[in-house]
Amino acid sequence: MAKLVSLAEGVADLVRDGDVVALEGFTHLIPFAAGHEIIRQGRQDLTLVRMTPDVIYDQLIGMGCARRLVFSWGGNPGVGSLHRFRDAVQNSWPVPLELEEHSHAGMANRFVAGASGLPFAVLRGYTGTDLPRHTGNIKTITCPFTGEVLTAVPALRPDVTVVHAQRADRAGNVQMWGITGVQKEAVLAAHRSLVTVEEIVDELEPVPGQVVLPSWAVTAVAEVPAGAHPSYAQGYSVRDNDFYVRWDAVSRDRDTFREWMEQHVLKAEVQA
Amino acid sequence: MSAEYTSDEMMTVAAARQLRDGTACFVGIGLPSTAANLARATHAPNLVLIYESGCLGAKPDRLPLSIGDGILADTADAVVSVPEVFNYWLQPGRIDVGFLGAAQLDRYGNINTTVIGGDYADPKVRLPGAGGAPEIAASCGEVVVVVRQSLRTFIDRVDFVTSVGYGRGPGDRERLGLRGGGPRVVITDLGVLEPDPKTCELTLTRLHPGVTVEQARAATGWDLAVAADLAAVDPPTEHELTVLRALEATKKVAAR
Repeated sequence: MAKLVSLAEGVADLVRDGDVVALEGFTHLIPFAAGHEIIRQGRQDLTLVRMTPDVIYDQLIGMGCARRLVFSWGGNPGVGSLHRFRDAVQNSWPVPLELEEHSHAGMANRFVAGASGLPFAVLRGYTGTDLPRHTGNIKTITCPFTGEVLTAVPALRPDVTVVHAQRADRAGNVQMWGITGVQKEAVLAAHRSLVTVEEIVDELEPVPGQVVLPSWAVTAVAEVPAGAHPSYAQGYSVRDNDFYVRWDAVSRDRDTFREWMEQHVLKAEVQA
Repeated sequence: MSAEYTSDEMMTVAAARQLRDGTACFVGIGLPSTAANLARATHAPNLVLIYESGCLGAKPDRLPLSIGDGILADTADAVVSVPEVFNYWLQPGRIDVGFLGAAQLDRYGNINTTVIGGDYADPKVRLPGAGGAPEIAASCGEVVVVVRQSLRTFIDRVDFVTSVGYGRGPGDRERLGLRGGGPRVVITDLGVLEPDPKTCELTLTRLHPGVTVEQARAATGWDLAVAADLAAVDPPTEHELTVLRALEATKKVAAR
């Protein structure tokens, strides 16, 4: 059964230095508050995994939390590039960042294999691209039934997956809806999981298109209202598009970035 | 009466015209999304818009600001998981058109959105990467590319093949086992390029009003082939411009 915890407790218990950590979310429901807590607790040497690393990964990378990034698209959605990510790749600032680069189809299937307890996934993908030349984790496999040559990618098994959802009940059952991306697979693929939610309620009213993660499939749940900001939680908040635009300017310069993080993350009031 | 319009507006209108009503279109964000929504708001009301965030049949009444904009989920026929959109919908070839942008494009329609200059480990410019594009380019029935044409973007050979067009020429897609048809047309701010049926090389087939062949050649990093029957693109109609500008205005409002 999932434990109800504070965000600080959840991160302290579940996210360790050197871990493979997936903070998933596809534009919607991105666990920003949890990412900030990881930064405040000074985690280092992380392998960050995510299909679409965006601003929260830019912040984690810029603060030196990550050693390695496994991903398929790293950008500021609707705005442009991630400058901290670029600075780390191009100039090794503040620390070198190793990349393992995939396509969305490959990453999604890697999570599916992890969630399914399989060692790898099969897909039609990457063929003819330059990705397999640089990413060792893309191989071919021959179908034993048809002889067709297909692509194989290994399962992703994060040490811990962190996602944000709309709500949970007091037993720790989690409910999310709207664009739910690859979050279910990412939670089920992980050894441990932390879910932050907008609110904890007595009863989960059914919502069309919902995804439910049963309490016994989740390690810990923390109530963090607005924990996805500047991303959004459908039914609770709208995306703070201005923030994403402003981030472009904040993140271009190392000092401006550090100052911003100091003021808005490191010194932020932490939930007990 | 001919209205005033920008080269970007011409490009978006010309790209929108490429999408046929009733087809299913996998839409990348940015220029492709604007053009696809323009098509749906004009000649193709039954165009099925598919976004990689899992929104199938999205019907936004304003331009989405990202592929995960809430308006896409609110208006979709179905919202599915990301593994589902790639495995059940894209991979088996259910989607007619893939609509992509590019940071670099070469003479065979190969696309780079990964790195520019230097080498992969130490690039001059690190770009966002592949996203859904490699498999969209591989598996959709055909691909439409929309990209501004310049010596920076139109280069003889892309620095990194993120998504395959025609590889190094005729027969490459078949040899690689790619099941979709590949790039059918490339729309730029100068005109329209289509692959030569024999050589697969992108060939200038139409120019936007007021643009010259010399301009197109000067913005192309290879010796650009020009079709014998080079034609002119019709300028945007009043209606197309009105709808496009109304859509662009919704984007500015939504961003507030």
